[in-house]
Amino acid sequence: MQTSTIQWIPQGETRVPLAVYRDDQVYADEQRNIYRGDTWNYLCLENEIPESGDYRTTFVGETPVVVARDADGEIYAFENRCTHRGALICLEKSGKDAKDFQCVYHAWTYSLKGDLKGVAFEGGVNGAGGMPEGFCKDHHHPTKLRVAIFCGLVFGSFSDDVDPLEEYLGDEICARIERVLGRPVEVIGRFTQALPNNWKLYYENVKDTYHASLLHLFFTTFRLNRLSQEGGVIVSETGAHHVSYSKVDEDGFDGYKDQGLRSDQSGYQLKDPSLLQGFKEFDDGITLQILSVFPGFVLQQIQNCLAIRQVLPRGIDKTDLNWTYIGYVSDTPAQREVRLKQANLIGAAGFVSMEDGAVGGFVQRGIAGTRAEQAVLEMGGDSTVSSSSRATEAAVRGFWKQYRVLMGV
Amino acid sequence: MEKLSLRDQLLDFNASYTRCIDSDNLESWPGFFADVCHYRVTSAENDRTGLAAGLMYATSRAMLEDRISALRHANVYERQTYRHMVGLPHVVRSDANEAECETPFLVVRIVQGDETFLYATGLYKDVFDLNGEKLQLKRRVVVCDSSRFDTLLAVPL
Repeated sequence: MQTSTIQWIPQGETRVPLAVYRDDQVYADEQRNIYRGDTWNYLCLENEIPESGDYRTTFVGETPVVVARDADGEIYAFENRCTHRGALICLEKSGKDAKDFQCVYHAWTYSLKGDLKGVAFEGGVNGAGGMPEGFCKDHHHPTKLRVAIFCGLVFGSFSDDVDPLEEYLGDEICARIERVLGRPVEVIGRFTQALPNNWKLYYENVKDTYHASLLHLFFTTFRLNRLSQEGGVIVSETGAHHVSYSKVDEDGFDGYKDQGLRSDQSGYQLKDPSLLQGFKEFDDGITLQILSVFPGFVLQQIQNCLAIRQVLPRGIDKTDLNWTYIGYVSDTPAQREVRLKQANLIGAAGFVSMEDGAVGGFVQRGIAGTRAEQAVLEMGGDSTVSSSSRATEAAVRGFWKQYRVLMGV
Repeated sequence: MEKLSLRDQLLDFNASYTRCIDSDNLESWPGFFADVCHYRVTSAENDRTGLAAGLMYATSRAMLEDRISALRHANVYERQTYRHMVGLPHVVRSDANEAECETPFLVVRIVQGDETFLYATGLYKDVFDLNGEKLQLKRRVVVCDSSRFDTLLAVPL
């Protein structure tokens, strides 16, 4: 096994070598130790494949995966790779009424559970050719994933050792997922955003409560998120997962003005304020909740705008961010329209998210030529614990805590 | 002056529309739309499967003006320009009041004067109001062929 020569500080999470975002060996190790390691990876929504024979294709890290609902009503996931020559078994993004999957190359056939059911010309043709006597189809199925479902979210894992999903998430994260996904949802749109940076840069950005009110002027101007608002950040015990949340605060805040920060520009007003006119649907008054599950799942509530983001590595400096916009099945037409308008805040063109999509690229370009330089993560101290302040990088440090454990660095 | 044929009006409209965006005259862009309108940027896949969400989603000209003012005053992004190439409009149906049209487009983007990069291709699915002095869009759905979008969609299509 090759090991990277990157030097980490002996312990703690206050320094991260910038080379981890641009190193081939690190990237290869992550595929093995993180995505194929002791983690749960988001696959799809349960209601995206509601009927037997429904399926979707997705990825765990770089590995292509099929997720299918079998005739027995259960959901199964397996590598989307024919055990014969390695071709994709399933070419479509999604489909219905599948009875089985057949590789187009030599017509090897797999059940919806991922078992090899048929090998073309297995017995030869006219008594000649065919597979040898001892060939056993049971020994030639694609690697299957463990599948677990929580609140309609389908997760898969290559690990036999990872904790059961709900233990992996922990009570606090489970409760915060249930808060948003505790009632039936439906998909209202899907987009893939091609990020020009390493996957970790985006995932850190999600966990970074420090940047939001500084980078995103749209938010601060309309008081969707100022650090003065009531809120906080929850970091799971392992550091792996996080929730940041806040409640809108109608009283102004002058900390930005005092420090002369760019993000305090007053006087900006919407001509059509219906963009942000929402409705109350959560009793706890929380208007923003961003939740992450290591290594690549994000659940977002920004006012009434709900979405799932799946973060997938596509190379050292390329990441796919798959957005699934959702509403509740019970939405009235007016409520649905509110969600569609508020979706202007997110995605590649989002009044808020557009900077998040670009800032990772600024880091990726900035770290070209780095040698031993390290990122500094000291905002809020050196801990990885929950806090009522969001002027902290605790959740980002939490990410690195779990990362170092899994990567053995 | 002789009134232009619908086809010629559509050609003129799309020429002005794309010139407005490509020359960074974004403040004039909302003027191509009616007061109450629908503008949405989406993918062919969402369009085909009837999923309503857009990357941009506006229901009034004022909302389009807000998008431009956010780009000018709130959002942070690298300086960039587009070059639109639009194809010939296909009139799906028309009557005295409105015309439904489809026009293919291709857009390249240049960020900070760097490489010319194929940014988006797709179809404008439009409904024009024919009652005014000039054509106005009641509806423009920008249906991009791909579901994969570059990380940043700042300037409208």
